[in-house]
Amino acid sequence: MSHPTPQPADTALAAQLQAVIDQHAARPGAMLPLLHAIQAQHGYIPDAAVPMIAEALRHTRAEVHGIISFYHHFRTHPPGRHVIQVCRAEACQAVGARALEAHVKSALGVDYHETTADREFTLEPVYCLGNCACGPSLRVDDEIHGRMDAAGFDRLTAQLSATVVEVK
Amino acid sequence: MMATTIYVPCDTTARSLGADAVAARLTRAAERLGVDIQLKRNGSRGLFWLEPLVEVETATGRVAYGPVAPTDVDALVDAGLFEGRQEHDLALGDIEAHPYLARQQRLTFSRIGLTDPLSLEDYTARQGFAGLKQALALTPQGIVDEVKTSGLRGRGGAAFPTGIKWQTVHDTPAAQKYIVCNADEGDSGTFADRLVMECDPFMLIEGMTIAGLAVGATQGYIYLRSEYPLAQAMLDEAIVRAEAAGYLGDNILDSGHAFHLEVRLGAGAYICGEETSLLESLEGKRGLVRAKPPLPAIEGLFGQPTVVNNVLSLAAVPLFSTRAARPTPTTAWASPAAPWRCSWPATSPVAGWSSWPSAPPCAS
Ligand SMILES: Cc1cc2nc3c(=O)[nH]c(=O)nc-3n(C[C@H](O)[C@H](O)[C@H](O)COP(=O)(O)O)c2cc1C
Ligand code: FES
Repeated sequence: MSHPTPQPADTALAAQLQAVIDQHAARPGAMLPLLHAIQAQHGYIPDAAVPMIAEALRHTRAEVHGIISFYHHFRTHPPGRHVIQVCRAEACQAVGARALEAHVKSALGVDYHETTADREFTLEPVYCLGNCACGPSLRVDDEIHGRMDAAGFDRLTAQLSATVVEVK
Repeated sequence: MMATTIYVPCDTTARSLGADAVAARLTRAAERLGVDIQLKRNGSRGLFWLEPLVEVETATGRVAYGPVAPTDVDALVDAGLFEGRQEHDLALGDIEAHPYLARQQRLTFSRIGLTDPLSLEDYTARQGFAGLKQALALTPQGIVDEVKTSGLRGRGGAAFPTGIKWQTVHDTPAAQKYIVCNADEGDSGTFADRLVMECDPFMLIEGMTIAGLAVGATQGYIYLRSEYPLAQAMLDEAIVRAEAAGYLGDNILDSGHAFHLEVRLGAGAYICGEETSLLESLEGKRGLVRAKPPLPAIEGLFGQPTVVNNVLSLAAVPLFSTRAARPTPTTAWASPAAPWRCSWPATSPVAGWSSWPSAPPCAS
């Protein structure tokens, strides 16, 4: 795919990114707070952010790439409207996380790190949500759900899909 | 008539099982019946198989019900929950008489489940900030000595004596020193740090502040795993409230001492629980392990002397930093002969609870 000359949307994105960068760049150890702030705003770290962060924090682009790719939490592609994380850690596995995981994948028709065709859900693995006494655990955006099973998951996604789409 | 106080826990696990919906239904039922209730969101008492555990304040003490699903609420209310009646199958009576709680001696967890985690009033009514006030009357060396005498050992896995670590930082001159709280809690089944942060965040704030006074550090960071969104929200809010009340900031309780605190989020890298990679991450780099020496106590965050302690180690500090506040030593805290009392990794079936000074399930 070729990249045409910057569109107005790109300029707007750059302005948004610069505002976040300016807000955080002076903090000691600014890199992670900055990446978190960008992901909170956009849902991922857009490619366009990399040279801008490199410039602001006096790193090379390769270093910034290296940091983003080191941390599993940071995405480099836009997620769906909701991010669903299935806990794959030991305590949840001991109470059925594998079966839940299989159900979630087939119900959504995606594998980990993929987004459903309607861009509703992105599926990710997670390793312990601290809810180990009441697993299998699942996180949807910032909410954690315990004792999750196939039927519970289907109810949950039905509810989520039914909520009105917010226009950003 | 006074409003009836109803407790509905607000920690991650209670909420993951519908506690917010339970709270909403209780409020609606009270409105419908014209009953005056005060809904209080407490921390979890840790009996997770009974969550959501609802408690009702009565003239003769609290009456518990659990596990309460949102769909149980109306039937419970019909069976007299607001009056503390105990006919319903889910009624449990006084939860503190439950064998699981009755045989525990809770020290760090003494407030957890009883109080609203974000209420400074609740916190100070139960010894909160008493340790800080006593520490402010001591010299920095005096605080370090108290922590040494208490025998407190690190709860992050290695059981290293906390007072000795602090002594090194205290003795290393520098213009800026740091207190770093290791809240990366990466191991499945260990969520005790999470409970402290969600259910009694002021205790961690107080412990870190005392650590700052002891070693001469004016800045603290809590390095929190990104998998704990609720702990982040609780800590952020608790810090704001503690600052507003003068327990944090440039002039703590008019003592002339400064201590500032900030939560920094990790980003899903297990290795960042190791203290040197945690420091790299806090500095904004990839979380790669550093060679030791130098020790973080001498060259830590940004090359400066740094205390790195686990959440539970720092949370225990207010209890142990002054002799006046200290409970009589039980077998647990100090003894190297009791190595199983480390909190990480937990091996108990009720994970995260293996560390308390009550018959440890994993002790041989
Ligand atoms: C791979 C690895 C992971 C670790 N994870 C944690 C952790 O999640 N939490 C923690 O407090 N300590 C963890 N530690 C131990 C820390 O390096 C460090 O010893 C501890 O935070 C010191 O605190 P303490 O003296 O209060 O115990 C880990 C160590 C290693 C080698
Ligand atoms: S192992 Fe799944 S929440 Fe801890």
